[in-house]
Amino acid sequence: MSSWIPLWLHKLGSPPTFYRFAGSLRPWAMALALLFGAIALYGGLVLAPADYQQGDAYRIIFIHVPSAWMSMFIYAVMGVAAFIALVWRLKLAEVVAMESAPIGAAFTFITLVTGSLWGKPMWGTWWTWDARLTSELVLLFLYLGVIGLYHAFEDRRQGARAAAFLAIIGIINVPIVHFSVNWWNTLHQGSTINVFGQSKISWDMLWPLLSMVLATKFYYIASLFRRVRTDLLALEGGKDWVRKIAESESRQ
Amino acid sequence: MSALQTFLAMGGYAVYVWPAYAVFFIVLIVDSIAPRLRRRRVLRELRARIARQSSRQDRVRQDRAASNPITTPPSL
Amino acid sequence: MSHPGLLTACAAMLRRDLTLAWRRRGDIAMPVLYALIVTMLFPFALGPEDTLLQRIAGGVVLVTVLLAMLLALDAMFSSDIEDGSLEQLVLAPQPLALMLGMKILAHWLTTALPLIVIAPLLAAMLHLPGAVIPVLLLALLLATPLLSLLGAVLVALTAGTRRSGMLLALMLLPLCVPAVIFAAGAVAAAQQGLPWLAPIAWLGAALVLAVVLAPLACAAALRIALDA
Repeated sequence: MSSWIPLWLHKLGSPPTFYRFAGSLRPWAMALALLFGAIALYGGLVLAPADYQQGDAYRIIFIHVPSAWMSMFIYAVMGVAAFIALVWRLKLAEVVAMESAPIGAAFTFITLVTGSLWGKPMWGTWWTWDARLTSELVLLFLYLGVIGLYHAFEDRRQGARAAAFLAIIGIINVPIVHFSVNWWNTLHQGSTINVFGQSKISWDMLWPLLSMVLATKFYYIASLFRRVRTDLLALEGGKDWVRKIAESESRQ
Repeated sequence: MSALQTFLAMGGYAVYVWPAYAVFFIVLIVDSIAPRLRRRRVLRELRARIARQSSRQDRVRQDRAASNPITTPPSL
Repeated sequence: MSHPGLLTACAAMLRRDLTLAWRRRGDIAMPVLYALIVTMLFPFALGPEDTLLQRIAGGVVLVTVLLAMLLALDAMFSSDIEDGSLEQLVLAPQPLALMLGMKILAHWLTTALPLIVIAPLLAAMLHLPGAVIPVLLLALLLATPLLSLLGAVLVALTAGTRRSGMLLALMLLPLCVPAVIFAAGAVAAAQQGLPWLAPIAWLGAALVLAVVLAPLACAAALRIALDA
Protein backbone atom coordinates (compact mmCIF):
# COMPACT_ATOMS: atom_id res chain seq x y z
CA MET A 1 0.00 0.00 0.00
CA SER A 2 1.11 3.55 -0.62
CA SER A 3 3.10 5.48 1.93
CA TRP A 4 0.64 8.32 2.55
CA ILE A 5 -1.33 6.13 4.89
CA PRO A 6 0.16 6.65 8.35
CA LEU A 7 1.73 3.71 10.12
CA TRP A 8 -0.75 3.67 13.02
CA LEU A 9 -3.57 3.07 10.54
CA HIS A 10 -1.75 0.02 9.19
CA LYS A 11 -1.31 -1.24 12.71
CA LEU A 12 -4.97 -0.64 13.48
CA GLY A 13 -5.87 -2.84 10.55
CA SER A 14 -4.25 -5.87 12.16
CA PRO A 15 -6.76 -8.01 14.06
CA PRO A 16 -5.09 -8.19 17.51
CA THR A 17 -4.46 -4.43 17.62
CA PHE A 18 -8.00 -3.65 16.55
CA TYR A 19 -9.36 -6.17 19.05
CA ARG A 20 -7.66 -4.34 21.90
CA PHE A 21 -8.51 -0.89 20.50
CA ALA A 22 -12.21 -1.79 20.07
CA GLY A 23 -12.28 -3.40 23.50
CA SER A 24 -11.04 -0.26 25.23
CA LEU A 25 -13.30 2.09 23.27
CA ARG A 26 -16.51 0.07 23.34
CA PRO A 27 -17.60 0.73 26.98
CA TRP A 28 -17.16 4.48 26.46
CA ALA A 29 -19.26 4.40 23.29
CA MET A 30 -21.97 2.42 25.05
CA ALA A 31 -21.94 4.78 28.04
CA LEU A 32 -22.24 7.83 25.76
CA ALA A 33 -25.06 6.11 23.84
CA LEU A 34 -26.98 5.47 27.06
CA LEU A 35 -26.33 9.00 28.34
CA PHE A 36 -27.43 10.77 25.16
CA GLY A 37 -30.33 8.33 24.80
CA ALA A 38 -31.58 9.08 28.31
CA ILE A 39 -31.26 12.84 27.73
CA ALA A 40 -33.13 12.52 24.44
CA LEU A 41 -35.90 10.44 25.98
CA TYR A 42 -36.39 12.91 28.83
CA GLY A 43 -36.29 15.90 26.50
CA GLY A 44 -38.49 14.32 23.87
CA LEU A 45 -41.11 12.62 25.98
CA VAL A 46 -41.34 14.96 28.97
CA LEU A 47 -39.92 18.42 28.24
CA ALA A 48 -40.88 19.02 24.60
CA PRO A 49 -44.37 20.49 24.19
CA ALA A 50 -47.05 18.70 22.17
CA ASP A 51 -47.22 19.64 18.50
CA TYR A 52 -50.13 21.97 17.71
CA GLN A 53 -51.13 19.87 14.68
CA GLN A 54 -50.12 16.32 15.54
CA GLY A 55 -50.58 16.39 19.30
CA ASP A 56 -48.38 13.89 21.11
CA ALA A 57 -48.15 11.45 18.21
CA TYR A 58 -45.24 13.42 16.76
CA ARG A 59 -43.06 12.14 19.62
CA ILE A 60 -42.35 9.07 17.50
CA ILE A 61 -40.08 11.38 15.47
CA PHE A 62 -37.42 11.12 18.20
CA ILE A 63 -36.79 7.49 17.34
CA HIS A 64 -38.08 7.33 13.77
CA VAL A 65 -35.86 9.97 12.18
CA PRO A 66 -32.59 8.95 13.91
CA SER A 67 -33.26 5.31 12.93
CA ALA A 68 -33.92 6.33 9.32
CA TRP A 69 -30.67 8.29 9.22
CA MET A 70 -28.79 5.37 10.76
CA SER A 71 -30.25 2.93 8.23
CA MET A 72 -28.70 4.98 5.42
CA PHE A 73 -25.53 5.94 7.27
CA ILE A 74 -24.76 2.30 8.09
CA TYR A 75 -25.34 1.30 4.48
CA ALA A 76 -22.83 3.96 3.43
CA VAL A 77 -20.30 2.66 5.99
CA MET A 78 -20.92 -0.86 4.77
CA GLY A 79 -20.41 0.25 1.17
CA VAL A 80 -17.10 1.97 1.94
CA ALA A 81 -15.89 -1.01 3.98
CA ALA A 82 -17.01 -3.36 1.20
CA PHE A 83 -15.06 -1.33 -1.36
CA ILE A 84 -11.92 -1.42 0.80
CA ALA A 85 -12.43 -5.15 1.37
CA LEU A 86 -12.63 -5.85 -2.35
CA VAL A 87 -9.77 -3.58 -3.43
CA TRP A 88 -7.22 -4.19 -0.67
CA ARG A 89 -8.53 -7.51 0.65
CA LEU A 90 -8.28 -6.21 4.19
CA LYS A 91 -9.70 -8.75 6.62
CA LEU A 92 -10.84 -6.07 9.05
CA ALA A 93 -12.80 -4.23 6.34
CA GLU A 94 -14.60 -7.44 5.42
CA VAL A 95 -15.57 -8.00 9.04
CA VAL A 96 -16.72 -4.39 9.51
CA ALA A 97 -18.85 -4.55 6.35
CA MET A 98 -20.46 -7.85 7.26
CA GLU A 99 -21.10 -6.99 10.90
CA SER A 100 -22.62 -3.62 9.95
CA ALA A 101 -25.33 -5.34 7.93
CA PRO A 102 -27.38 -6.81 10.85
CA ILE A 103 -27.25 -3.50 12.76
CA GLY A 104 -28.35 -1.62 9.64
CA ALA A 105 -31.15 -4.11 9.06
CA ALA A 106 -32.28 -3.62 12.68
CA PHE A 107 -32.43 0.16 12.25
CA THR A 108 -34.23 -0.18 8.90
CA PHE A 109 -36.78 -2.46 10.53
CA ILE A 110 -37.29 0.04 13.37
CA THR A 111 -37.74 2.83 10.83
CA LEU A 112 -40.41 0.91 8.94
CA VAL A 113 -42.35 -0.14 12.04
CA THR A 114 -42.24 3.24 13.81
CA GLY A 115 -43.04 4.96 10.52
CA SER A 116 -46.16 2.91 10.07
CA LEU A 117 -47.15 3.41 13.74
CA TRP A 118 -46.79 7.14 13.10
CA GLY A 119 -48.58 7.03 9.77
CA LYS A 120 -51.73 5.38 11.08
CA PRO A 121 -52.94 8.29 13.26
CA MET A 122 -51.53 11.00 10.94
CA TRP A 123 -52.51 9.84 7.44
CA GLY A 124 -55.05 7.20 8.43
CA THR A 125 -53.07 4.37 6.86
CA TRP A 126 -50.29 2.05 7.98
CA TRP A 127 -48.50 2.14 4.67
CA THR A 128 -48.36 4.20 1.52
CA TRP A 129 -46.31 3.56 -1.60
CA ASP A 130 -44.38 6.76 -1.32
CA ALA A 131 -40.83 6.98 -2.72
CA ARG A 132 -39.22 7.28 0.71
CA LEU A 133 -41.13 4.39 2.21
CA THR A 134 -40.57 2.14 -0.78
CA SER A 135 -36.85 2.96 -0.86
CA GLU A 136 -36.61 2.12 2.84
CA LEU A 137 -38.32 -1.22 2.21
CA VAL A 138 -35.96 -1.97 -0.67
CA LEU A 139 -33.08 -1.04 1.64
CA LEU A 140 -34.27 -3.66 4.12
CA PHE A 141 -34.32 -6.30 1.37
CA LEU A 142 -30.82 -5.26 0.28
CA TYR A 143 -29.57 -5.68 3.84
CA LEU A 144 -31.25 -9.08 4.09
CA GLY A 145 -29.75 -10.10 0.73
CA VAL A 146 -26.25 -9.17 1.92
CA ILE A 147 -26.73 -11.09 5.19
CA GLY A 148 -28.19 -14.09 3.36
CA LEU A 149 -25.42 -14.24 0.77
CA TYR A 150 -22.75 -13.94 3.47
CA HIS A 151 -24.16 -16.90 5.37
CA ALA A 152 -24.70 -19.02 2.24
CA PHE A 153 -20.96 -19.55 1.81
CA GLU A 154 -19.09 -22.11 3.86
CA ASP A 155 -15.87 -20.11 3.70
CA ARG A 156 -16.49 -16.93 5.71
CA ARG A 157 -13.99 -14.73 3.90
CA GLN A 158 -15.23 -15.76 0.47
CA GLY A 159 -18.80 -15.11 1.62
CA ALA A 160 -17.74 -11.70 2.91
CA ARG A 161 -16.21 -10.75 -0.45
CA ALA A 162 -19.26 -11.92 -2.42
CA ALA A 163 -21.63 -10.08 -0.07
CA ALA A 164 -19.41 -6.98 -0.27
CA PHE A 165 -19.84 -7.05 -4.04
CA LEU A 166 -23.62 -7.27 -3.58
CA ALA A 167 -23.53 -4.33 -1.16
CA ILE A 168 -21.82 -2.19 -3.79
CA ILE A 169 -24.39 -3.16 -6.43
CA GLY A 170 -27.06 -2.17 -3.87
CA ILE A 171 -25.54 1.29 -3.43
CA ILE A 172 -26.00 1.93 -7.13
CA ASN A 173 -29.53 0.54 -6.93
CA VAL A 174 -30.99 2.67 -4.12
CA PRO A 175 -31.01 6.04 -5.98
CA ILE A 176 -32.40 4.34 -9.10
CA VAL A 177 -35.24 2.84 -7.07
CA HIS A 178 -35.93 6.20 -5.44
CA PHE A 179 -36.05 7.93 -8.82
CA SER A 180 -38.23 5.29 -10.45
CA VAL A 181 -40.74 5.23 -7.57
CA ASN A 182 -40.94 9.03 -7.75
CA TRP A 183 -41.70 8.75 -11.45
CA TRP A 184 -44.23 6.02 -10.75
CA ASN A 185 -45.98 8.21 -8.16
CA THR A 186 -46.45 11.01 -10.67
CA LEU A 187 -48.05 8.48 -13.00
CA HIS A 188 -50.49 7.18 -10.38
CA GLN A 189 -51.48 10.47 -8.86
CA GLY A 190 -53.94 10.46 -6.01
CA SER A 191 -52.15 7.87 -3.95
CA THR A 192 -49.40 10.32 -3.07
CA ILE A 193 -49.36 11.88 0.33
CA ASN A 194 -47.03 14.67 1.21
CA VAL A 195 -45.10 12.83 3.87
CA PHE A 196 -42.89 15.53 5.25
CA GLY A 197 -44.26 19.02 4.78
CA GLN A 198 -41.83 21.90 4.82
CA SER A 199 -42.02 22.97 8.42
CA LYS A 200 -39.53 24.54 10.71
CA ILE A 201 -38.94 22.52 13.80
CA SER A 202 -38.67 24.41 17.08
CA TRP A 203 -35.59 24.20 19.27
CA ASP A 204 -37.50 22.42 22.06
CA MET A 205 -38.10 19.55 19.67
CA LEU A 206 -34.81 19.77 17.81
CA TRP A 207 -32.35 19.21 20.65
CA PRO A 208 -33.84 15.88 21.84
CA LEU A 209 -33.79 14.78 18.21
CA LEU A 210 -30.11 15.68 17.80
CA SER A 211 -29.31 14.01 21.11
CA MET A 212 -30.97 10.82 19.91
CA VAL A 213 -29.03 11.05 16.63
CA LEU A 214 -25.82 11.11 18.68
CA ALA A 215 -27.07 8.24 20.85
CA THR A 216 -27.77 6.01 17.85
CA LYS A 217 -24.35 6.82 16.36
CA PHE A 218 -22.61 5.82 19.57
CA TYR A 219 -24.81 2.76 19.89
CA TYR A 220 -23.75 1.73 16.38
CA ILE A 221 -20.09 2.09 17.30
CA ALA A 222 -20.55 0.04 20.47
CA SER A 223 -22.56 -2.70 18.78
CA LEU A 224 -20.25 -2.83 15.77
CA PHE A 225 -17.14 -3.13 17.97
CA ARG A 226 -18.66 -5.95 19.99
CA ARG A 227 -19.62 -7.81 16.84
CA VAL A 228 -16.26 -7.23 15.16
CA ARG A 229 -14.40 -8.47 18.23
CA THR A 230 -16.46 -11.65 18.31
CA ASP A 231 -15.98 -12.20 14.60
CA LEU A 232 -12.23 -11.66 14.84
CA LEU A 233 -12.03 -14.31 17.57
CA ALA A 234 -13.94 -16.76 15.38
CA LEU A 235 -11.92 -15.98 12.23
CA GLU A 236 -8.49 -16.05 13.87
CA GLY A 237 -9.30 -19.08 16.03
CA GLY A 238 -5.97 -20.84 15.44
CA LYS A 239 -3.71 -17.87 16.19
CA ASP A 240 -1.77 -17.36 19.40
CA TRP A 241 -3.32 -14.06 20.48
CA VAL A 242 -6.79 -15.61 20.34
CA ARG A 243 -5.65 -18.61 22.39
CA LYS A 244 -4.28 -16.31 25.04
CA ILE A 245 -7.61 -14.48 25.25
CA ALA A 246 -9.55 -17.75 25.42
CA GLU A 247 -7.33 -19.04 28.23
CA SER A 248 -7.33 -15.80 30.23
CA GLU A 249 -11.13 -15.55 30.04
CA SER A 250 -11.56 -19.13 31.21
CA ARG A 251 -9.52 -18.39 34.32
CA GLN A 252 -11.80 -15.53 35.31
CA MET B 1 -55.97 12.56 36.27
CA SER B 2 -52.52 12.49 37.78
CA ALA B 3 -49.48 13.79 35.95
CA LEU B 4 -48.23 10.27 35.33
CA GLN B 5 -51.53 9.22 33.82
CA THR B 6 -51.54 12.21 31.47
CA PHE B 7 -48.00 11.37 30.50
CA LEU B 8 -48.84 7.74 29.80
CA ALA B 9 -51.95 8.67 27.84
CA MET B 10 -49.84 10.70 25.36
CA GLY B 11 -52.82 12.88 24.45
CA GLY B 12 -54.77 9.87 23.26
CA TYR B 13 -51.95 8.55 21.05
CA ALA B 14 -50.58 6.07 23.60
CA VAL B 15 -51.48 3.10 21.37
CA TYR B 16 -49.08 4.40 18.72
CA VAL B 17 -46.32 6.10 20.69
CA TRP B 18 -45.55 3.41 23.25
CA PRO B 19 -45.44 0.45 20.84
CA ALA B 20 -43.08 2.47 18.65
CA TYR B 21 -40.72 3.03 21.58
CA ALA B 22 -41.12 -0.61 22.62
CA VAL B 23 -40.09 -1.81 19.16
CA PHE B 24 -37.09 0.53 19.20
CA PHE B 25 -35.84 -0.81 22.53
CA ILE B 26 -36.65 -4.48 21.96
CA VAL B 27 -34.89 -4.57 18.60
CA LEU B 28 -31.81 -2.79 19.95
CA ILE B 29 -31.67 -5.00 23.07
CA VAL B 30 -31.86 -8.12 20.90
CA ASP B 31 -29.18 -6.62 18.66
CA SER B 32 -26.84 -6.10 21.61
CA ILE B 33 -27.50 -9.44 23.32
CA ALA B 34 -27.07 -11.61 20.22
CA PRO B 35 -23.32 -10.91 19.74
CA ARG B 36 -22.74 -11.37 23.49
CA LEU B 37 -24.14 -14.90 23.32
CA ARG B 38 -22.21 -15.58 20.15
CA ARG B 39 -18.98 -14.43 21.78
CA ARG B 40 -19.55 -16.82 24.67
CA ARG B 41 -20.15 -19.70 22.23
CA VAL B 42 -17.06 -18.87 20.16
CA LEU B 43 -14.87 -18.78 23.26
CA ARG B 44 -16.32 -22.07 24.54
CA GLU B 45 -15.62 -23.77 21.22
CA LEU B 46 -12.10 -22.32 21.19
CA ARG B 47 -11.35 -23.64 24.67
CA ALA B 48 -12.76 -27.04 23.74
CA ARG B 49 -10.51 -27.12 20.69
CA ILE B 50 -7.45 -26.13 22.67
CA ALA B 51 -8.23 -28.81 25.29
CA ARG B 52 -8.71 -31.44 22.58
CA GLN B 53 -5.43 -30.57 20.90
CA SER B 54 -3.41 -30.65 24.09
CA SER B 55 -4.97 -33.95 25.19
CA ARG B 56 -4.26 -35.47 21.78
CA GLN B 57 -0.64 -34.37 22.02
CA ASP B 58 -0.41 -35.95 25.44
CA ARG B 59 -1.96 -39.19 24.19
CA VAL B 60 0.35 -39.37 21.19
CA ARG B 61 3.34 -38.96 23.49
CA GLN B 62 2.08 -41.67 25.86
CA ASP B 63 1.21 -44.03 22.98
CA ARG B 64 4.68 -43.70 21.57
CA ALA B 65 6.24 -44.39 24.92
CA ALA B 66 3.97 -47.39 25.55
CA SER B 67 3.80 -49.15 22.18
CA ASN B 68 7.29 -48.63 20.81
CA PRO B 69 9.64 -49.52 23.62
CA ILE B 70 12.27 -50.76 21.11
CA THR B 71 12.35 -47.74 18.79
CA THR B 72 12.20 -45.41 21.74
CA PRO B 73 15.33 -46.00 23.79
CA PRO B 74 14.54 -46.24 27.51
CA SER B 75 17.14 -43.65 28.27
CA LEU B 76 15.02 -40.95 26.61
CA MET C 1 0.07 -21.73 -30.59
CA SER C 2 -2.44 -19.35 -32.07
CA HIS C 3 -5.68 -18.49 -30.35
CA PRO C 4 -8.88 -18.41 -32.37
CA GLY C 5 -10.18 -14.90 -32.97
CA LEU C 6 -12.63 -13.30 -30.61
CA LEU C 7 -15.56 -13.59 -32.98
CA THR C 8 -14.90 -17.30 -33.55
CA ALA C 9 -14.73 -17.86 -29.82
CA CYS C 10 -17.95 -15.96 -29.22
CA ALA C 11 -19.75 -17.89 -31.95
CA ALA C 12 -18.45 -21.20 -30.58
CA MET C 13 -19.59 -20.30 -27.09
CA LEU C 14 -23.06 -19.33 -28.29
CA ARG C 15 -23.36 -22.46 -30.45
CA ARG C 16 -22.30 -24.69 -27.57
CA ASP C 17 -24.84 -23.26 -25.13
CA LEU C 18 -27.65 -23.32 -27.65
CA THR C 19 -26.86 -26.94 -28.57
CA LEU C 20 -26.86 -27.91 -24.90
CA ALA C 21 -30.18 -26.16 -24.39
CA TRP C 22 -31.63 -27.84 -27.49
CA ARG C 23 -30.67 -31.26 -26.18
CA ARG C 24 -32.79 -30.58 -23.11
CA ARG C 25 -35.77 -29.11 -24.90
CA GLY C 26 -38.10 -30.03 -22.03
CA ASP C 27 -36.37 -27.50 -19.79
CA ILE C 28 -37.11 -24.69 -22.24
CA ALA C 29 -40.82 -25.48 -22.08
CA MET C 30 -41.01 -25.34 -18.28
CA PRO C 31 -40.95 -21.53 -17.76
CA VAL C 32 -43.51 -21.16 -20.57
CA LEU C 33 -45.85 -23.66 -18.92
CA TYR C 34 -45.31 -21.97 -15.57
CA ALA C 35 -46.23 -18.57 -16.99
CA LEU C 36 -49.36 -20.02 -18.64
CA ILE C 37 -50.54 -21.64 -15.42
CA VAL C 38 -49.90 -18.54 -13.28
CA THR C 39 -51.78 -16.34 -15.75
CA MET C 40 -54.64 -18.85 -15.83
CA LEU C 41 -54.95 -18.65 -12.03
CA PHE C 42 -55.66 -14.91 -11.98
CA PRO C 43 -59.17 -15.03 -13.54
CA PHE C 44 -60.04 -17.88 -11.18
CA ALA C 45 -58.87 -15.87 -8.18
CA LEU C 46 -60.30 -12.48 -9.17
CA GLY C 47 -63.40 -13.41 -11.16
CA PRO C 48 -63.87 -13.24 -14.93
CA GLU C 49 -64.91 -9.56 -15.20
CA ASP C 50 -63.41 -8.02 -18.33
CA THR C 51 -62.79 -4.55 -16.91
CA LEU C 52 -60.90 -5.80 -13.85
CA LEU C 53 -58.77 -8.24 -15.86
CA GLN C 54 -58.02 -5.56 -18.45
CA ARG C 55 -56.82 -3.19 -15.75
CA ILE C 56 -54.36 -5.67 -14.28
CA ALA C 57 -53.37 -7.50 -17.50
CA GLY C 58 -50.16 -5.59 -18.26
CA GLY C 59 -48.81 -5.87 -14.73
CA VAL C 60 -49.75 -9.53 -14.37
CA VAL C 61 -48.03 -10.50 -17.63
CA LEU C 62 -44.87 -8.60 -16.64
CA VAL C 63 -44.67 -10.05 -13.14
CA THR C 64 -45.43 -13.54 -14.43
CA VAL C 65 -42.65 -13.31 -17.01
CA LEU C 66 -40.29 -11.99 -14.32
CA LEU C 67 -41.09 -14.91 -11.99
CA ALA C 68 -40.77 -17.45 -14.79
CA MET C 69 -37.34 -16.01 -15.63
CA LEU C 70 -36.35 -16.13 -11.98
CA LEU C 71 -37.27 -19.82 -11.96
CA ALA C 72 -34.90 -20.53 -14.83
CA LEU C 73 -32.15 -18.20 -13.66
CA ASP C 74 -30.77 -20.64 -11.13
CA ALA C 75 -29.73 -23.01 -13.91
CA MET C 76 -27.73 -20.40 -15.82
CA PHE C 77 -24.29 -21.54 -14.66
CA SER C 78 -25.07 -24.57 -12.50
CA SER C 79 -24.31 -27.34 -15.01
CA ASP C 80 -21.12 -25.55 -16.09
CA ILE C 81 -19.99 -25.33 -12.48
CA GLU C 82 -20.73 -29.01 -11.89
CA ASP C 83 -18.68 -30.26 -14.84
CA GLY C 84 -15.93 -27.69 -14.34
CA SER C 85 -16.25 -26.01 -17.73
CA LEU C 86 -16.83 -22.65 -16.07
CA GLU C 87 -13.39 -22.84 -14.48
CA GLN C 88 -11.92 -23.60 -17.89
CA LEU C 89 -13.66 -20.49 -19.16
CA VAL C 90 -12.13 -18.40 -16.38
CA LEU C 91 -8.68 -19.66 -17.41
CA ALA C 92 -9.28 -19.19 -21.15
CA PRO C 93 -7.26 -16.51 -22.97
CA GLN C 94 -10.42 -14.80 -24.23
CA PRO C 95 -11.84 -12.03 -22.00
CA LEU C 96 -14.14 -13.65 -19.46
CA ALA C 97 -16.70 -10.84 -19.58
CA LEU C 98 -17.25 -11.36 -23.31
CA MET C 99 -17.66 -15.12 -22.93
CA LEU C 100 -20.12 -14.62 -20.07
CA GLY C 101 -21.97 -12.10 -22.20
CA MET C 102 -22.42 -14.83 -24.81
CA LYS C 103 -23.67 -17.23 -22.15
CA ILE C 104 -26.17 -14.62 -20.96
CA LEU C 105 -27.30 -14.08 -24.54
CA ALA C 106 -27.81 -17.82 -24.99
CA HIS C 107 -29.74 -17.99 -21.75
CA TRP C 108 -31.93 -15.07 -22.81
CA LEU C 109 -32.60 -16.72 -26.17
CA THR C 110 -33.64 -19.99 -24.56
CA THR C 111 -35.74 -18.74 -21.62
CA ALA C 112 -36.91 -15.17 -22.23
CA LEU C 113 -37.59 -15.36 -25.96
CA PRO C 114 -40.17 -18.19 -25.66
CA LEU C 115 -41.85 -16.18 -22.91
CA ILE C 116 -42.01 -13.10 -25.14
CA VAL C 117 -43.46 -15.24 -27.92
CA ILE C 118 -46.35 -16.42 -25.75
CA ALA C 119 -46.80 -13.02 -24.06
CA PRO C 120 -49.53 -11.94 -26.57
CA LEU C 121 -51.40 -15.13 -25.66
CA LEU C 122 -51.09 -14.39 -21.95
CA ALA C 123 -52.24 -10.81 -22.56
CA ALA C 124 -55.19 -12.03 -24.62
CA MET C 125 -56.22 -14.41 -21.83
CA LEU C 126 -56.62 -11.33 -19.63
CA HIS C 127 -58.37 -9.30 -22.37
CA LEU C 128 -55.62 -6.74 -22.85
CA PRO C 129 -56.66 -4.53 -25.81
CA GLY C 130 -54.89 -5.51 -29.03
CA ALA C 131 -53.55 -2.01 -29.58
CA VAL C 132 -51.51 -2.21 -26.37
CA ILE C 133 -49.86 -5.55 -27.16
CA PRO C 134 -47.06 -4.05 -29.32
CA VAL C 135 -46.11 -1.76 -26.43
CA LEU C 136 -46.15 -4.74 -24.07
CA LEU C 137 -43.88 -6.68 -26.41
CA LEU C 138 -41.52 -3.72 -26.74
CA ALA C 139 -41.40 -3.35 -22.96
CA LEU C 140 -40.71 -7.06 -22.57
CA LEU C 141 -38.01 -6.97 -25.26
CA LEU C 142 -36.17 -4.29 -23.28
CA ALA C 143 -36.95 -5.48 -19.75
CA THR C 144 -36.17 -9.20 -20.08
CA PRO C 145 -32.54 -8.78 -21.24
CA LEU C 146 -32.11 -6.32 -18.37
CA LEU C 147 -33.34 -8.97 -15.96
CA SER C 148 -31.13 -11.63 -17.54
CA LEU C 149 -28.09 -9.38 -17.20
CA LEU C 150 -28.82 -8.37 -13.60
CA GLY C 151 -29.69 -11.95 -12.73
CA ALA C 152 -26.45 -13.23 -14.25
CA VAL C 153 -24.38 -11.06 -11.89
CA LEU C 154 -26.26 -12.43 -8.89
CA VAL C 155 -26.12 -16.02 -10.14
CA ALA C 156 -22.37 -15.60 -10.51
CA LEU C 157 -22.17 -14.33 -6.92
CA THR C 158 -23.98 -17.42 -5.62
CA ALA C 159 -21.88 -19.75 -7.79
CA GLY C 160 -19.86 -20.98 -4.82
CA THR C 161 -22.87 -21.80 -2.65
CA ARG C 162 -25.11 -24.82 -2.56
CA ARG C 163 -28.53 -23.48 -1.62
CA SER C 164 -29.32 -20.50 -3.79
CA GLY C 165 -32.93 -20.62 -5.05
CA MET C 166 -34.72 -18.42 -2.51
CA LEU C 167 -31.60 -16.38 -1.88
CA LEU C 168 -31.47 -15.48 -5.56
CA ALA C 169 -35.07 -14.22 -5.41
CA LEU C 170 -34.29 -12.16 -2.30
CA MET C 171 -31.30 -10.59 -4.05
CA LEU C 172 -32.87 -10.02 -7.46
CA LEU C 173 -36.30 -8.65 -6.53
CA PRO C 174 -35.06 -5.35 -5.04
CA LEU C 175 -32.81 -4.85 -8.07
CA CYS C 176 -35.58 -5.34 -10.60
CA VAL C 177 -38.03 -2.86 -9.02
CA PRO C 178 -37.10 -0.06 -11.48
CA ALA C 179 -37.39 -2.37 -14.50
CA VAL C 180 -40.86 -3.52 -13.43
CA ILE C 181 -41.99 0.04 -12.73
CA PHE C 182 -40.93 1.38 -16.13
CA ALA C 183 -42.15 -1.62 -18.14
CA ALA C 184 -45.53 -1.69 -16.41
CA GLY C 185 -45.66 2.11 -16.58
CA ALA C 186 -45.26 2.04 -20.35
CA VAL C 187 -48.06 -0.52 -20.73
CA ALA C 188 -50.36 1.39 -18.37
CA ALA C 189 -49.70 4.65 -20.19
CA ALA C 190 -50.45 3.04 -23.57
CA GLN C 191 -53.66 1.60 -22.14
CA GLN C 192 -54.79 5.04 -21.00
CA GLY C 193 -53.85 6.60 -24.33
CA LEU C 194 -50.97 8.58 -22.83
CA PRO C 195 -47.51 8.90 -24.40
CA TRP C 196 -45.51 5.80 -23.47
CA LEU C 197 -42.20 6.57 -25.09
CA ALA C 198 -40.50 8.05 -22.00
CA PRO C 199 -40.54 4.90 -19.81
CA ILE C 200 -39.49 2.82 -22.83
CA ALA C 201 -36.59 5.20 -23.36
CA TRP C 202 -35.58 4.84 -19.70
CA LEU C 203 -35.68 1.06 -20.06
CA GLY C 204 -33.56 1.30 -23.19
CA ALA C 205 -31.02 3.51 -21.43
CA ALA C 206 -30.83 1.07 -18.51
CA LEU C 207 -30.42 -1.82 -20.93
CA VAL C 208 -27.53 -0.12 -22.76
CA LEU C 209 -25.83 0.53 -19.44
CA ALA C 210 -26.41 -3.05 -18.30
CA VAL C 211 -25.13 -4.55 -21.57
CA VAL C 212 -21.83 -2.74 -21.05
CA LEU C 213 -21.44 -3.12 -17.28
CA ALA C 214 -23.21 -6.35 -16.32
CA PRO C 215 -20.85 -8.79 -18.13
CA LEU C 216 -17.88 -7.06 -16.47
CA ALA C 217 -19.57 -7.22 -13.06
CA CYS C 218 -20.54 -10.82 -13.76
CA ALA C 219 -16.92 -11.72 -14.50
CA ALA C 220 -15.72 -9.99 -11.33
CA ALA C 221 -18.42 -11.72 -9.26
CA LEU C 222 -17.55 -15.11 -10.72
CA ARG C 223 -13.87 -14.64 -9.87
CA ILE C 224 -14.85 -13.83 -6.27
CA ALA C 225 -17.24 -16.77 -5.98
CA LEU C 226 -14.95 -19.39 -7.54
CA ASP C 227 -11.76 -18.27 -5.83
CA ALA C 228 -11.35 -20.75 -3.01
